[in-house]
Amino acid sequence: MTGDTNGSEDGGREDEVRGAPRIPGPRSAADDLDLSAVPLPPPVPATPPEEPRPGPQRAAEPAPQPTTPEPETDVAPRHPSDATDATDPPGPPVLAHGVLKALLGAWALAACSAEETEAVEAHLTECAACADEALRLRDAVGLLHTDRSLDLDPTLRTRVIDACLSRRPADIPVPDWASPYDAETARLDALLRDIGDSEWHAPVRLKWFESEQETTRKTTVAGVIGHLMAVDGLVGTALGLDVPLGDGTRGPGADWPLSPTARTERYWSAGRRPPTGRIHEPWREQSHTLIRTVSFAGRRVCELSVSYGDFALPMHDALLDRAFECWVHGGDIADAVDYPYEAPSAAHLNRMIGLVTRLLPAALAERRRTGLAGPARHLVTAGSPGRSLHLEIEGSGGGDWYIPLDSPAALGSPAHAVAQVALDGVEFCQLVAGHVPPVEAAAGQEGDREAIRDVLFAAASLSRL
Amino acid sequence: MQQRLARGEAAALGELYDRFASLVHSQAHRMLDDETAADLVTREVFGYVWENPGAYDPQQGSMRSWVARLTHRQSVRRLREEEDRRDEADEDGIGLEERVHRATAAARADYIVASMPAPLRAALELAYIQRRDYRQTAADLGVTEDEARRRLRLGLQLLSTAHTRPLEGMSPPGYGRPL
Repeated sequence: MTGDTNGSEDGGREDEVRGAPRIPGPRSAADDLDLSAVPLPPPVPATPPEEPRPGPQRAAEPAPQPTTPEPETDVAPRHPSDATDATDPPGPPVLAHGVLKALLGAWALAACSAEETEAVEAHLTECAACADEALRLRDAVGLLHTDRSLDLDPTLRTRVIDACLSRRPADIPVPDWASPYDAETARLDALLRDIGDSEWHAPVRLKWFESEQETTRKTTVAGVIGHLMAVDGLVGTALGLDVPLGDGTRGPGADWPLSPTARTERYWSAGRRPPTGRIHEPWREQSHTLIRTVSFAGRRVCELSVSYGDFALPMHDALLDRAFECWVHGGDIADAVDYPYEAPSAAHLNRMIGLVTRLLPAALAERRRTGLAGPARHLVTAGSPGRSLHLEIEGSGGGDWYIPLDSPAALGSPAHAVAQVALDGVEFCQLVAGHVPPVEAAAGQEGDREAIRDVLFAAASLSRL
Repeated sequence: MQQRLARGEAAALGELYDRFASLVHSQAHRMLDDETAADLVTREVFGYVWENPGAYDPQQGSMRSWVARLTHRQSVRRLREEEDRRDEADEDGIGLEERVHRATAAARADYIVASMPAPLRAALELAYIQRRDYRQTAADLGVTEDEARRRLRLGLQLLSTAHTRPLEGMSPPGYGRPL
């Protein structure tokens, strides 16, 4: 408890209060009645509220405070200006009982003027009923606290769920390959719960690498969630689910473009007004639904093809890709609202990097076709080890990967490594997300410079809106 | 949700966590004032719900209030265990029941603040956290000064019931404010 106001004055005053008349008699206090309209907190549903009720208790005592001119006055009919007008006369202001009583909450919170505070405190020495309430409200203030730093440790979710599952194994588990998506959407959800209504409109500049240069697009926090939701819809579409269509409705979205960028633009333009925090719920609902659906879908769903328009990924890679995007854009949002946002767990980061290394050979080949990467040097038969780049990822989630340079059909091989790039895992992901231009990626480099350049640019070219 | 948990759906467990983890953890933290202990209570509460989804009776109230009661029970258990481990020499004058009562009142207060009508909560937050006086509070909220005073008083009246109404079955006679 943070009750610095709690103990100090309990003793003496409380005793005075106990012996004195407590309730100034029956009255119809408009603001007291409101309390009964407030739903009681559920833990003790049967207990009535403790508020002193207008009722028969000591009804006969007419609140014998001599200096209180109108002991029975209601708060409601008074003029709002009474309190301030009353500060006009010199000396301690004399305010009506009803006015003073109405001030007790503000007084307990030290939220009234010096004159009002003085008047209330003078009144408390004379009016037992108000003194009694004043004490209770003061104590209540002691129960408030400012430390809102109780952000949940994001790793707790996994620990709690794992502990649960060790006590009672799941009959319908979440597939292991869906766990990064589960974890990343949960992390972003936790961040979104912590931000205020206005922060949903905070500007966000999305950054990626397109046509060999940095590209940006301005949107808001809510716009980013709309983007994530629209592209997550590709997974939903592959699973035969209805997806959010931007105008608040859901549907199959059969005529929607599959390319993530076009789909996002369509989503953004579908709403009549800019998106708000109201987008949180449907985004979260969709991510929960995807996780639930793949849990029930049986083993073969993991290879189900998810089309992104120009390319497709098997379901397990698609959800990993969505987990990656969720983390990257979670970071964009966190930057925009000045929150800390950590990298994914080492195991999940490792899988995300693994996905990138699987996509790199095809990206290299594509760049080669369009003249953006150097020519193949040594073509080998499909499935044989070929000229490779050793990608050494350091830090959390790191490892060693060998990227075949000349053909996606070749196998990466330590024995055929012609170059080595060493990078921190998060830095590598920032490169892949297009947040760090390839020429600036802080990479330790050794060996064939062209191969290194080609791979770093190919990594950046994987980024998109 | 209850049926999905009973079916052993891990995805439902995740959703349960997403919905209630901050309630459970902050309540346990408020009662125990210890991060690790709050983590453990969180684990215990979700473990219990996951293993005993049938123990929830919708007739008795919302799932949220059930989870809050479980959290309270677990936290009190930890307080008692802690007390057992304490040296007798370590007498700081606060008995276990008083500790339980204070912890309970603190946790209840959080619960009350979280579930009170938003206008009351907003007024309290402005006055208490932002240190606004009631006139500024009124201006910030776009209400009359009368209304601001009313909300502050009403909010505190609600909050003060945390002291006097014990949680489920707890009867700490002699504690709390003599009203």
